[in-house]
Parts: sequence; C-alpha cells; structure tokens
Amino acid sequence: MDRLDDLEAQSIFILREAENRLTPLGMLWSIGKDSNVLLWLARKAFFGRVPFPVILLDTGNEFPEVYAFRDRIIKEWGLSYIDAPCPPVEETDPSLPPKARAAARKTLGLKRIIAARGFRGVMLGIRRDEQAVRGKERVMSPRDAAGGWDFRHQPAEFWDQYNAEPPPGGHIRVHPLLAWTELDVWRYIEREGIPVVPLYFSREGKRFRSLGEKDITFPIDSTAASVGEIIAELEASREPERAGRAMDHESEDAFERLRAQGYM
Amino acid sequence: MAAPPLKLVVVGHVDHGKSTLIGRLLHEAGALPSGKVEELQRLSERRGVPLEWSFTLDSLQAERDQAVTIDTTRFWLTLGGRDLVIIDAPGHREFLANMVSGATGADAAVLVIDAAEGLQDQTRRHAYLLRLLGLEQIAVVVNKLDLVDFAEARFRALEQEARDFLAELGLEPRIVLPLSARHGDNLARASANLAWHEGPTLVEALIEFGAAAPAEEAPLRLPIQDIYRQEDQRILVGRIESGRLAQGDTLLFSPSNKLARVKSLEGWPGPPPESAGAGRSIGLTLDRPLFLERGELASHVENAPMLANRFGASLFWLGVEPMVEEREYRLRLGTAEALVTVERIERVIDTDSLAPLAADEVQRDQIAEVVLRSPAQLALDDHARLPRSGRFVLRDKGITVGGGLVLLRGVADQRRAATGRADNLTLVSHKVTQDARAARFGHKGGVMWLTGLSGAGKSTLAMAVEQHLFRKGYAVYVLDGDNVRSGLNANLGFSPEDRVENIRRVGEVAALFADAGFLCITAFISPYRADRARARAATPPGRFHEVYVSADLAICEARDPKGLYRRARAGEIGEFTGISAPYEPPLAPSLVVDTARQPVEACIEQILGYVAQHFATESGAA
Ligand SMILES: Nc1nc2c(ncn2[C@@H]2O[C@H](COP(=O)(O)OP(=O)(O)O)[C@@H](O)[C@H]2O)c(=O)[nH]1
Repeated sequence: MDRLDDLEAQSIFILREAENRLTPLGMLWSIGKDSNVLLWLARKAFFGRVPFPVILLDTGNEFPEVYAFRDRIIKEWGLSYIDAPCPPVEETDPSLPPKARAAARKTLGLKRIIAARGFRGVMLGIRRDEQAVRGKERVMSPRDAAGGWDFRHQPAEFWDQYNAEPPPGGHIRVHPLLAWTELDVWRYIEREGIPVVPLYFSREGKRFRSLGEKDITFPIDSTAASVGEIIAELEASREPERAGRAMDHESEDAFERLRAQGYM
Repeated sequence: MAAPPLKLVVVGHVDHGKSTLIGRLLHEAGALPSGKVEELQRLSERRGVPLEWSFTLDSLQAERDQAVTIDTTRFWLTLGGRDLVIIDAPGHREFLANMVSGATGADAAVLVIDAAEGLQDQTRRHAYLLRLLGLEQIAVVVNKLDLVDFAEARFRALEQEARDFLAELGLEPRIVLPLSARHGDNLARASANLAWHEGPTLVEALIEFGAAAPAEEAPLRLPIQDIYRQEDQRILVGRIESGRLAQGDTLLFSPSNKLARVKSLEGWPGPPPESAGAGRSIGLTLDRPLFLERGELASHVENAPMLANRFGASLFWLGVEPMVEEREYRLRLGTAEALVTVERIERVIDTDSLAPLAADEVQRDQIAEVVLRSPAQLALDDHARLPRSGRFVLRDKGITVGGGLVLLRGVADQRRAATGRADNLTLVSHKVTQDARAARFGHKGGVMWLTGLSGAGKSTLAMAVEQHLFRKGYAVYVLDGDNVRSGLNANLGFSPEDRVENIRRVGEVAALFADAGFLCITAFISPYRADRARARAATPPGRFHEVYVSADLAICEARDPKGLYRRARAGEIGEFTGISAPYEPPLAPSLVVDTARQPVEACIEQILGYVAQHFATESGAA
C-alpha cells in the first residue's frame, strides 16, 4: 500500500463509520477540489451510490463555473442535492472584520440547514494542513446546540474510536480528509481522474488555488494548466494555500473566532 | 515518493523545549511558509524576548497568552528525502487526553529532556504512556545543553538516568542525543559546541526510523463495520486490521461462531480485487445468507481470536470521575460494543515511581491493571500478539474515559463451549414422547442445577434429596465432581479453559438425563453466570431449575470440609472461587436455599417441596 492507498482506506473507514452511526447525515459540498475528492471516496465506500444528501451553502455569489460544474455532477453522479441559501450579511456578527462577516454568512446558512433537516452528522472536506486552527480538529468533532466548537475541551479520540454521539441538540462534524495534504488531494485527483472546476487551471497566468466567493477569493500567479502541472507547482512552492482568502488575514485570530462560532 | 510518512510524536515535560524543537525542525526542512521567520521575529520583539521558535506552533491566540501548547497539532515536512508528520503533544498534565489522541497515531517518538532540569514528572509519565501505546522507536533528546555549557558530563549523567528509567519500563531508546534546539546545535548540523559528541544529528537519526508497516503477515482480523444491501446481495464492509483474505477463503465470525466462504470481494469503480491485505477498507459477499451484525470479527478458522467474557487489561484513565469497582462502562473494541463491569482493580501504578499503589479507584491520568467482565462473549486478542485488535476504549456518558490493552494470560477460551450443537446434524426424533416418559416415571424430567460456593452444602443436599426421591420412586440421579471427573471429564484439568469445558459437558449430560425423563441434580460450584446460562440453554425450555445454595464466604471458610480454603489462603491453590476468583450469584434463581440460617433437614424439605410442586405430572405426583 502506498500513501494514497493508506489515506483512501482511512477515509473510507471514516465515511462508513459516519454513515452507520449518524442519521440523518449530510455532506457539505463546496464544489471545490476537496469536497469532490470526498464525494469520490463516498462513491467508493458505498459502491457507486452516495447514500446521503450533498449540501451547497449557497451565497448566491459563487463563480458561474462553480454552478455549471455542480449541475453537471449532480446529474452524472445521481446525487441527492440540497441548496442551502445563506442569509444576508446584515444578520452576521457585526464585531467581526468585514471579510470574515461575508464568510460568517455560511456559518448561518449551515446552522439553518442543520436545524431544518435535523442533521446529527455533517461531513466536511477540511484538512489539517490547510490552516493552523484546523490542525486542532478531531475526525469526529461534537458541536453543541449553538454550533460552537470548544477546542479546549475536546474529547479524546484515538485508536479510530470516534465520538459519534452528538451532545443534546447538537451535531457531529465529520472530517474524513483531515489527514490529507493539499498535495495528496491533487495526486489523488490525478490518479483517480476526478473532475474539478476548471477555475483551478491557469488562464492568462492566473489560477485559483482555493475557491470561495467571487469577491473575497483571488487567483494566484500560476501557469499550471493541468493537474500534473499543479502538482509540480505545489512541490516547488511554500506559499500557504489559503493565502488567497482575504478573511484569514484580517487579524491574528479572525479565523479562530469564525471557527469557534461554527465556521467550517 | 509513495511510502507512508513517518509519524513522529514529540513529548516531554512542559517547557523542556518541544515546541522550540519542532519550530526549528520545520525551519531546517524549509517547511515554513515564506514570511514566517520574519513574523516570528516581529512577534518575539513585540514581546521583548529573543527569537522564540516555539511561537511557530502557537497558532491559537490563547496559547500565545499562556505560552503553552494546548492540543495536538500536526506538521508536514520532508527531511533528507523522508516525509515526516510531526505530532506535537502538550506537556501539561491535565491535557493527557490530547497527548493520547496525538501519540496513538505515531510510529516513533522524541522524548525531550531539559539538560538543566533533568527528568521530571511528565517526562516519566509520557515515557510510561509511550510504552502503553506500543511506541517502541524512541529518540531521547537532552535539550538546552547551552544552559550547562555543553558539558559532556551532564549529558552522560542524564543519558544514564533516562536509559535506566526506560529500561525499567522495558523500553530501549534507539538513540540518546545532546542538543540545543534554540540555537540549532546538533539538530540538522553537527556543532562545534558538541565536538565531544560522535553520533548523528537528530535529523540523521530520525531519517533512520521506519514507519509502522501494516501487519499483513499476522493472522486475519476484519471487524465488520456494516452490512449493505445492494440489489439482492448483502455486502459486508470493514477495514482489515491485520492479515490477508482472498476470494474462496472460509471465514469464522466471532463471537457468533459462524462460518461462511468469501464469494467475492466488491469494489467501485472497476473490477474488484481477488484478495486484500491489512490496512484496506473492503467489501465482500458470502456464499450463504448468514445473519451477521456490526461488531462481528472475521478471522480464519486457524488463529481465531479468543472468546471470553472476563479478561485482564492494562489501562490509562482519562475520566473526570474515577474508575471504581463494580461500575459499568461501555466498551468499544474494533467495531464491537458491550457493557463491561470492572470486576477488580488489581493495582494502580504511580507513573513517577512506577510503584504499585494500594487503591480501590483509578483517578484521572493514572494507569492501572484491572479485570473486566461482560455479560456477553467478546472476541479478544492479547495486545502483545495483535496490537490492533487487542486494544479498546471505555466510554461513559457519551465520551471516551479510558483506553486499554487486552491481557489474556489465564483467561479461558470459551469457543469450544460456544460451539453448541453442530448445525448440520439432522436430529432424529424419538418415537417415545416426553409425555409417555412422564407417565412411565410418574414425574416430569428436568434439571435441578445447584450452584454455590465450595462448602455451601451442594453435595450434601444433592445426595440427601436423591435418596429421598429415589425412595419415593423417582427416576433421579446426581452428577457431581466425583462421578464426572473420573470418567467423562477425565481428560480435563483445572485450567480456566478446562473448567469451562467441564461445566459445558455436565450441562449437556444433565440435559440428556432430563430428556430421558430423569430428574437430574447437579452439584457444581459453577461460579459463572455465562456457564450456567449455557447449561440452561442446553435443556428443553422450562426444565432447568437453578437452585442457589447460599452461605456466605465466612461460613463456608469456617466449615472448610476438605481444607481447600486453608490451602487457597496459603496460596497453594490458585484461582479458587471466593478467594482468588469470583463467584457470580444467580440473578433470578428458581429457589434459594440458605444453609447458613437453617439446619440441613429444613433445606432438604425445602427442595423436596419445590420438586413436588414443579415435577408433578398432570395426573398427580409420584
Ligand atoms: N537556552 C535554551 N532555551 C531553550 C532551548 N530550547 C527551548 N528553549 C526555551 O525553553 C522555553 C520552553 O520551550 P518550549 O519549546 O515552549 O517548551 P515545550 O513546553 O516543551 O513546548 C522557551 O522559552 C524556549 O525558548 C535551548 O536549546 N536552549
């Protein structure tokens, strides 16, 4: 078994645990590369069929290419899809910096869809290497009724025995890709031939490394126009992945505050 | 590329330099994003301290304020062509849960010791945990040698102390190294300050460590995670913890003890593989429809796991409430779950001195050896033999409160007993009916199962009752140790397995007597509920009568008709019920006979009365 086999087997194990123990279960599908890999792994885990709905936290402000890709994949993969509209920015915590407030819309959208559908488990494609605060995450992370994350008092998680019991009124965030790195994700996309939104590939010297909303995500300088070229670029680079995400740079702790309030 | 990365955990007492070491390693490996070193410089200046590498890790505001690392964090880097994941484990005692969460995933460990402070509480506690978690590749780093003027003598003294301590735990470090993490001496480069050191740098040493390989050579263990119905197939899914399996293999499922053959392995997309090894998450179909559930453990017939409902464990406790005897917890082992009761806390170990403490509870952060029992059979492996299927967690109120390793020394394998009647035997029906037999004998057939401590009076009562009933014309017979051990069970000794088998055979023979229309009285201590439940199951419904011959231990010990208690107390007999092995009283006996409070005659009358009431035929008692 090589490294990708290892990661794949572990993620499938987590997906199957979540499906067995958390009903109803939903998966957040940002339509970005990570959540596409997660969907692909779900199809492997459940032999071609995704047994839970996929949810887009829809700001109404995603790139047109993202919406087009979504419509195609839903049809081709036979997904059960939920569109979760995000409330307007006025409803977010006014003490957050402006860009973070835009991101906080997703937190609100997520809370509402969880409440509306009564989800006990929500699956996400976040990775530990993305951002320091995410490095503290567990594979299964309990959230209280308010959706908050108490990173200081997280229950122990070891020997693949996960905390699949939501606190009263709360839910469990499930993170099957936690151990993957950005490079692993691209190498796996290459190996398995997983489709991704074309925005990741360079056009006129620029490409997106991470996809968020139109007005708070910026492309990086890059000539990488294929999955192979992206891998080569990453192998040579030391820039953090979320460098193109404005909300991470507003203050030392903006991202941590977002997450404590329930952001992904 | 492609080899799994080496997962490395860094442990040690708080402030001995773990974060600094990791920050420095990330820097040496070129793994810090551009601008990070400048950011560190700015941060350090703002706080008026020299360049603090440990800030690298302090990604949380709260940590920066307290200047301690509070949870495990992972870092990815490549050193000398080797991919590493560093898991940073916190030093604060109350964060043991996080330390365990981090260290259980690791292949190797670096234990950091401050050259000035030497070995401290957490140094020892962490070392002990490394052993408990099965981490055997250890590098000991004596850090901050700059604070002791790079004195070789100080290093040697600490090296010896560390080696001695680890040796007591049965651990041998791969290497012990001098270092100054803050200044980078002997980290990635040899240092003139440490000219006396002839060994490798830390980086050179780490590159030599190996990632734990999945155990393909070991016996097969596949915990069943779920069963999916797809079209008309049932697909069993799970991750192979050890060994290999292939299409056509016969699998044994435990604890249900069922057999079936692998019809196919399933996969998506593309053609399924024909075999799979340790580490893979797989799906398979069987050649026959078996009723199986999540929690079953598949193995081959050879090298199967043991079946037991009482076993030893070495465990660490994380719960806020202490662990106490006779309390129930929820056990999770692989995908199996069961309630277990803490039967005995054998000893609690002080991790500073390694001395056993006299204690009847296990406090948070303590380590203990205990005996657990469960009403249900569990499929178990000894941790020393198969680490992945020989470890479990205990949960209480929805959270994990402890982790433990299974110790099977002295535990009885109950698989033979569980086998029951072979399913493929066609039972030939008798032409003589039960009613005809009852009419002939004038009473129903059945089993009076006497259970109780040695010396409670089982044999005395059994023989007296037999005599009375025989005189009244009953077809009655007593099975006891003497008549069974000398023939039927002559090949059995007193090992835990043999004791289980002894009782199983008695149960089966008693059932045959009952079927023949006899009233069969058995007189065995039969201390375990599970064993008695099996005897009950062997008998036709309604014909098994459990009689609890009750007398407390003090009285039985005072009677001591065969001098056995005295010998057990003297340690001449091991695993003696009531002294060094448990007795599980019946929960709902048909009859309780209290030999401590009433004379023998009254007890006999009591049993005879019960028999008259329950063994009478419709047309009247004999
Ligand atoms: N003089 C000296 N100080 C060090 C060395 N390594 C770490 N320190 C300092 O020791 C303190 C605690 O280090 P830290 O890495 O936070 O310890 P941790 O609690 O084990 O992570 C910090 O102020 C470090 O700068 C060293 O090699 N020499």
